[in-house]
Amino acid sequence: MGQNQSRLENAPILTVENLRVVFSKHGREVQAVNGLNYQLSSGRTLAIIGESGSGKSVGVRSLMGLLPPSAKVTGSVRLNGRELVGLSEKALMSVRGKEIAMIFQDPAASLNPTMNVGSQIMEAIRLHNPMKKREAEVKAIELLKLVRLPSPETRIRQYPHQLSGGMRQRIVIAIALASDPKVLIADEATTALDVTTQAQIMELLVDIQERLGTAVIMISHDIGLAANYAHDVMVMYAGKVVEHANTKSLFSNVQMPYTKALLGAVPQLTTIPHSRLTVIGGHPPDLSNLPTGCPFAPRCPRATNVCTAEEPPLERQNDQHSYACWHPVGGQPLEAAGTADVLKVDAQDGACSESSTSTQERAVFASSLDERAKR
Amino acid sequence: MTGKAANPDAVNSGSAEDAKEPDTHGEMAREREPLLVVKDLVQEYSTRGPGGVKTGTVHALSGVSFELYPGETLGIVGETGSGKSTLARAVIQVEEPVSGTVEFRGKQMNGMSRKDLRAVRAEMQMVYQDPFGSLNPRWKVSDVISEPMLGHTDMSKQQRQERVEKLLEIVGLDPSIYCNRRPIELSGGQAQRVAIARAVALEPALIICDEAISSLDVLIQAQVLNLFEELRQEIGLAYLFIAHDLATVKQISDSVAVMHLGQLAEIGPAEAIYDAPRHPYTRALLDSIPILDVETGEAKRPVPLKGDPPSPLDPPSGCRFRTRCPLAEDICAEVEPIPTEVGDGSSRPHKVACHFPLEPGQMLPNRPARPAAAAATV
Repeated sequence: MGQNQSRLENAPILTVENLRVVFSKHGREVQAVNGLNYQLSSGRTLAIIGESGSGKSVGVRSLMGLLPPSAKVTGSVRLNGRELVGLSEKALMSVRGKEIAMIFQDPAASLNPTMNVGSQIMEAIRLHNPMKKREAEVKAIELLKLVRLPSPETRIRQYPHQLSGGMRQRIVIAIALASDPKVLIADEATTALDVTTQAQIMELLVDIQERLGTAVIMISHDIGLAANYAHDVMVMYAGKVVEHANTKSLFSNVQMPYTKALLGAVPQLTTIPHSRLTVIGGHPPDLSNLPTGCPFAPRCPRATNVCTAEEPPLERQNDQHSYACWHPVGGQPLEAAGTADVLKVDAQDGACSESSTSTQERAVFASSLDERAKR
Repeated sequence: MTGKAANPDAVNSGSAEDAKEPDTHGEMAREREPLLVVKDLVQEYSTRGPGGVKTGTVHALSGVSFELYPGETLGIVGETGSGKSTLARAVIQVEEPVSGTVEFRGKQMNGMSRKDLRAVRAEMQMVYQDPFGSLNPRWKVSDVISEPMLGHTDMSKQQRQERVEKLLEIVGLDPSIYCNRRPIELSGGQAQRVAIARAVALEPALIICDEAISSLDVLIQAQVLNLFEELRQEIGLAYLFIAHDLATVKQISDSVAVMHLGQLAEIGPAEAIYDAPRHPYTRALLDSIPILDVETGEAKRPVPLKGDPPSPLDPPSGCRFRTRCPLAEDICAEVEPIPTEVGDGSSRPHKVACHFPLEPGQMLPNRPARPAAAAATV
């Protein structure tokens, strides 16, 4: 795929091709991730955004083999040319935490409450790089200085409960950086933090990326955060990438109606109090019974017959921008859907109310839920 | 309207009257009686060491005052530990405050008998963050919603069922499908709608939302926010809307209170707070938000505030924000600033507790914003 040039400037260290994850549960197959393709170079940040259940987390956890045994991962993930899919658990141990490290949402849950933070960092250091305890302690203090924790010499003896949320997340980042990983995955790493702390942690991550050249995959539902800190953004819906572009290009020229809907639903600092948000009705599709065609078609105000019949490929693109849609919005507002080539949505396709104000629209919304319930 | 709580029969018939009430916006609200008056609220907790020995005092709320008018929304923002939830709990008298008063419709709530308190609480309801945590997993949706009617009114089973169906329609759920569901069969957004239906069941005048939409997905958040807005317009609800997301709070609020370590740093009309904040802390909070202009796709990177929030166990002397404030001087450590009206000509009061309030439009010094990642490297 002819992705943009800036992404090809330096050779990608992570290449993901046609990655699929299927969970088998009670004889049903849940297709959590359906064919992910992307590349990531050193020093670059990729943001993955989407609703819960869109496959954001499953997609990155599969890179590290962090999924339960019921998950079947196919496709190809190459880290510095080395294939990761199908590696044995033992071989994965040398990748996990060493080459790819991960930061999770809740720092309190990622740390062991019965061990002081110094021991936890030293454990991570010595796991991949055997050394004497005293040397590891020196390295741990260095790491704490790197994540700008004040007075690291005393903090190292403290326990997680003695630290604030922001400090705990700094410790988690220090542990993640213990073996100098090539790829750092931040899965909603700042969601549980205050805006003030979030800004500090993001600034720290940018700083570390500039110094160490780490590639970062950032999963977030905060579109403002993704727009500010990522070089590229990938929008996922129902396990598929529906839009993937350079950050600037994506947000200044939105093509996929789903991305547009996401943006319309976010309150802005510039909105006037008591103004209404644009809302799309319906629910994400059942991943064990995906509809034919575009997965977003049942909720899409621009959907036509072709959308429900055939799935749009993620091909139509320019240099920086690819999207999967038959009727791209072309940077225009979503409401401007009444153009000649766009037909009205069939009633059976489900509800597409812009807002659920009137009772009539509400009834439509409810009936779409009804349909879902019957399935 | 005042006698509504005392007369449970009015609950059923009250809706038509309430709906006809004019929108209570802008200047009109000034002429009315405030719904809720909170004065100098103080709440403290003791921390205890081994053997129950008192080791310190957490100053959770220190002298918080505000007024809320019928049909209006007061948004409350602040960092973790700033006392937002403590304030909500003190207003509804779940925990009695150490000092200060809460008046609801002119009646003082502290020291009220349990019976009177029950009647008042029928008019103030809460919606919490985690809808599944606040719904009994073994109860059907219809049981959940009709329980407040069972406790506060003498409606018959038939009447309650009719009301449940009406409420489900109000919150946008089809009664024929959802009445007999249990919480596990609902999505997060649907469960939060059920929690809202329960809160609205007794036709309260005030709903306290404690991070009510924080755990929901963006698209569901928008639906629930729109629902709150509809309920405000249709049945004249007032809200105390607690959230950490400043953009969400602006969307829904008439006034916004910015809390810092148990005190009000600034309170004022929503537009003024966001467009021309006077307290350095409010400015710093706004500067911390990663901004995306959805029209142009321009991103604006946040400028982080240095330092950690001080501990409420041992708040700094004088102004509690001074340890992180770029404008702090000696006086800030010595004298505690009191909330003072800045008088920007709005119909709503705009008060700031700061010795050196910012001029409208003034930024904090020495804080260059970095360009967004994409702009910096492409």
